[in-house]
Amino acid sequence: MSAPRTFVKWLVTLGSLHAIVVGAGFFTPYDPIEQDRKNPYFPPMRLHLVDEQGRLHLRPFVYALKLRAGTFDQYEPDTSQSVPVKFFKSGARYRLLGFVPSRIHLFGSEGTRICLLGTDAYGRDQFSRLLYGGQISLLAGILGAGCTLSIGLCVGAAAGYFGGWRDDALMRVAELFLSLPWLYLLFALRAFLPLSVSPLKAFFLIVAVIGAVGWARPARLVRGVVLSAKERDFVRAARGFGASDLYLLRRHVLPETSSILLTQAAILIPQFVLAEMTLSFLGLGVPEPAPSWGNLLSSLQQYSVLVSYWWMYLPALAMVPFFLGYLGLASSLQERLEPYKIERRIPGSLA
Amino acid sequence: MRFFLRRLSHALFVLAGVSILTFLFTTLAPGNYFDEMRLNPQIAPESLAALRAQYQLDRPLPIRYASWVNSVLHGEMGFSFAYNSPVAPILFVRARNTLLLTITATLLAWGIALPLGIWSAERFGRLPDRLLSWATAALLVVPDLALALGLLVLAVRTGWFPTGGMTSLDFASLPLGGKLRDLALHMTLPVVALVLSALPLLIRHVRAAVAEVLDAPFMLAAKGHGIPRRTLLYRYALRAAANPLISLFGFSIGALLSGSLLIEVVMSWPGLGPLLLESILSRDLYVVIGGVLLSTLFLVSGNFLADILLYWADPRIRTESGVR
Repeated sequence: MSAPRTFVKWLVTLGSLHAIVVGAGFFTPYDPIEQDRKNPYFPPMRLHLVDEQGRLHLRPFVYALKLRAGTFDQYEPDTSQSVPVKFFKSGARYRLLGFVPSRIHLFGSEGTRICLLGTDAYGRDQFSRLLYGGQISLLAGILGAGCTLSIGLCVGAAAGYFGGWRDDALMRVAELFLSLPWLYLLFALRAFLPLSVSPLKAFFLIVAVIGAVGWARPARLVRGVVLSAKERDFVRAARGFGASDLYLLRRHVLPETSSILLTQAAILIPQFVLAEMTLSFLGLGVPEPAPSWGNLLSSLQQYSVLVSYWWMYLPALAMVPFFLGYLGLASSLQERLEPYKIERRIPGSLA
Repeated sequence: MRFFLRRLSHALFVLAGVSILTFLFTTLAPGNYFDEMRLNPQIAPESLAALRAQYQLDRPLPIRYASWVNSVLHGEMGFSFAYNSPVAPILFVRARNTLLLTITATLLAWGIALPLGIWSAERFGRLPDRLLSWATAALLVVPDLALALGLLVLAVRTGWFPTGGMTSLDFASLPLGGKLRDLALHMTLPVVALVLSALPLLIRHVRAAVAEVLDAPFMLAAKGHGIPRRTLLYRYALRAAANPLISLFGFSIGALLSGSLLIEVVMSWPGLGPLLLESILSRDLYVVIGGVLLSTLFLVSGNFLADILLYWADPRIRTESGVR
């Protein structure tokens, strides 16, 4: 497949994945922080089309759960009680995109709740928390990447364009940041910021910390591009006509860096989503009750959860398609922007 | 020689810079270790002030930095509030455990990645190579955290491996062989998680570097001379491809150190990771600074090692360093 087409393919894949997360209110049946304390640690419910008697139903249904005899926390499907899935059902209020009020959910049920990924310790629906958590984690990654890239762009452009001692000083600092293991750096930064804050504050704190960590690599790349761009003939001509530094940077030099920035964004976003997850997982990030992909997993730090409720692990797999999408996007961007670097080896010439 | 001196001075510069950087962060930090005591009505404000004075928290930053550097030179690295002892001995035990993990993982990861990457480069573009590429891509999109937790869930459900700590409860009473076996069993999960998280990138780089070299005319000439395949690959190709790989070796140490921070916490391995997390939560700032600095030291020594290897492996560096 040609490079532009793979690029579009990955873009569409990523776009639809993100659309599901953005429209979490519609795609999830319940409110992510609504508790149901009588039903903690429900296992995932399977959707069925064929019932115990072998009859085919056109409308998918789940079996309600009942306590297994002789236990107090183990559930099994109650095959006598089937709960049909209702589509476009009216349920909990939510705001689509944060401002369109609505009550319509893609699916839901009468009475018994349908928990596709089970419930957590407070009986909250894991599926709903997963999609809403994606909003926080992905937004943190995207905003963090935006921060990092703007810092990287400024530093790289300043170092490359002005050169001299400014270049030396900035690149020395960049080297310093590159030579720290990034997770330790993230920790060190986080260590000296307030620990117990509201979810919203914590979110912006995380974005700032993540954004402050990774700027060195994009800065170096931008510097390289700026270094070569500022000596191009058309830039020198413009300078000869009396263009100011600011104008030259804005009009001629920085547009050259756009491809590098795009590729870096596709590489950085998943890394930063992972960074947010790591921090939240360790309890240094977005706190409960707000869901995020990291703090959804933090209950797994308890041995008892690990042993008895394996489905609490399922949210960990949620970001795999996202990572795949970003990886594909990054490599197709690289191919598109650096076509001369595509491997043109004749297969197996040594053999 | 000048090359080494320059690299060494660079390493020292990085260490000094990192220590200043972390110290700067501490001034931005609101609150300190004794803040929680302030809420306790049984502790008089005067004794709190005395405590703050005792640990020099009331002094300006440059003085604190100077006295800290002094204590580093005396092998103490500051004083831990929570442990009420110098930081160095606490850190060193943990650092030993972290190193045990990361060194094993680094050796193992490279030991697997080199032959596999070469094997794949030799079959560039054919079915086995494409299968391996897919496998590494699949591994690449599974994040460390998911990988570590997945292994942990697997271990708990199968019961094949112990799921936490570094030794069993009866470790002290075991004979030497039993001790080693016990340690190896406990190490398996974290090491596997680390290796799996580092492997895809390493394999891809080895493959790309070697594949590029295999194209070179001198390889064809060497092949024409009838040099056996194994010698060709491991003696000729690998040596010519060594330069980017050795730089990657330095980077892989950093990646593994970062990775082990998380994996140690997940698998409750008593290394630097859990200690750092704990001291962040309790604002035990000299332990945090010491931990960050120690990990930087490992990383810098890894890079230094890579530089020396590069000097040894690539004659171009030797002439270059004489000129520059």
